[in-house]
Amino acid sequence: MVAEFQPKVVAFVCNWCTYAGADLTGTSRIKYSPNVRMVRLPCTGRIDFMLLLQAFGQGADGIIVSGCHPGDCHYTSGNFHARRRWILFRRLLDFMGVDLRRVHFAWVSAAEGAKWAELVNSVVDEVGKLGPYETFPRRLGRRQEAVEVA
Amino acid sequence: MEALRTKARELLESGAVKVVIGYGAGSDPQRVRALFARTADQVGQLVWDHRCRQNLAAYLIKPDVKALGRMAIVARPATLRTIMQYAAENQLANDSIVLLAVTDDGQIAELTSFAAIEEHLAALPRGLTPEQQQELDKIEKMSLDERWAFWSAEVGRCIKCYACRAACPLCYCHRCITDVNQPQWIPIASDPLGNLEWNVVRAMHLAGRCVDCGSCADACPEGIRIDLLNRLLGREALTQFGAEPGYSPRKEYALSSFKPDDKEEFIR
Repeated sequence: MVAEFQPKVVAFVCNWCTYAGADLTGTSRIKYSPNVRMVRLPCTGRIDFMLLLQAFGQGADGIIVSGCHPGDCHYTSGNFHARRRWILFRRLLDFMGVDLRRVHFAWVSAAEGAKWAELVNSVVDEVGKLGPYETFPRRLGRRQEAVEVA
Repeated sequence: MEALRTKARELLESGAVKVVIGYGAGSDPQRVRALFARTADQVGQLVWDHRCRQNLAAYLIKPDVKALGRMAIVARPATLRTIMQYAAENQLANDSIVLLAVTDDGQIAELTSFAAIEEHLAALPRGLTPEQQQELDKIEKMSLDERWAFWSAEVGRCIKCYACRAACPLCYCHRCITDVNQPQWIPIASDPLGNLEWNVVRAMHLAGRCVDCGSCADACPEGIRIDLLNRLLGREALTQFGAEPGYSPRKEYALSSFKPDDKEEFIR
């Protein structure tokens, strides 16, 4: 029996807001999709757009990038700089033919445990419908794993 | 052409400059290459015609060229815009270079201060030409899959020679991200992922800085249209952030500044 496609979603999140918010999701015992793998960074301002390409290159089917709401950045303005970067990067990705439905941006605060769950669920659902990201080039030397779950 | 040579000779003989950077004969009749004229003989080798498109400004901040002394340079508008962007990035001192701004009809304007260059550029047309706009529109009108097929084929041809980086005057990082090998961020081999990463990273690092001289695409031995990526981001940086690199020596870099109300309709 071939399993339903399980998307791999990588989430790049800031330590102070979204990571804490996801922690709250857990302590609140809210169940949500396990298809997300979180990468914790000190601030969204630190998130290099190259990390997103790396994620796709290593097999991610979808990406979430999330941090503190504007005005609430732990480092004052990191998220403002990140926002500008995302505005340009999204346009470049779209221009080159990368499906923007696979890349999602959000502001999730440390108090928004429910929002985190809802965000992950909706992204995993949307990416699941798009299917595996097969057209994106992969890192040399990485095996493509075929997963079959009975 | 004679007017240019006369001017160059004057500048060298008066001691105002130590070297005139212009174009001389290349390896075949279709090519020219950079010429660093320091003597009257070398001045005689300067040429000026439709082949002279390479943006020579890239040489102005190289230590070996700067060591020659005060420089004069033959400048198309793209070179002038590069000087303005160098000024905005603190790479050049005011009044340190003589610009021989040559227009298509052969008129030469001698510009030395940033203010003079700014004024000269203000009188020239700016922004994308209708043809350039159409090129971008044509790609944007393609479907997602068509765009991916187009760009995969384009960057697939990349051989990682980095000629684009060498030709670009604004790629002047002493240690380029591709030179870092602990860890090797961008693989040096010509492979699909690495090629995509290289071209994307260069486009992003130039976003809001590129003065659209086209030297990158001209230099590419594979004829990859990387200038389209830079132009697309240039247009975005302009419409979203008002970034207009190359027209003022004082403009702030779009990605080191921000407005509290930058548009964010795509962020949940």
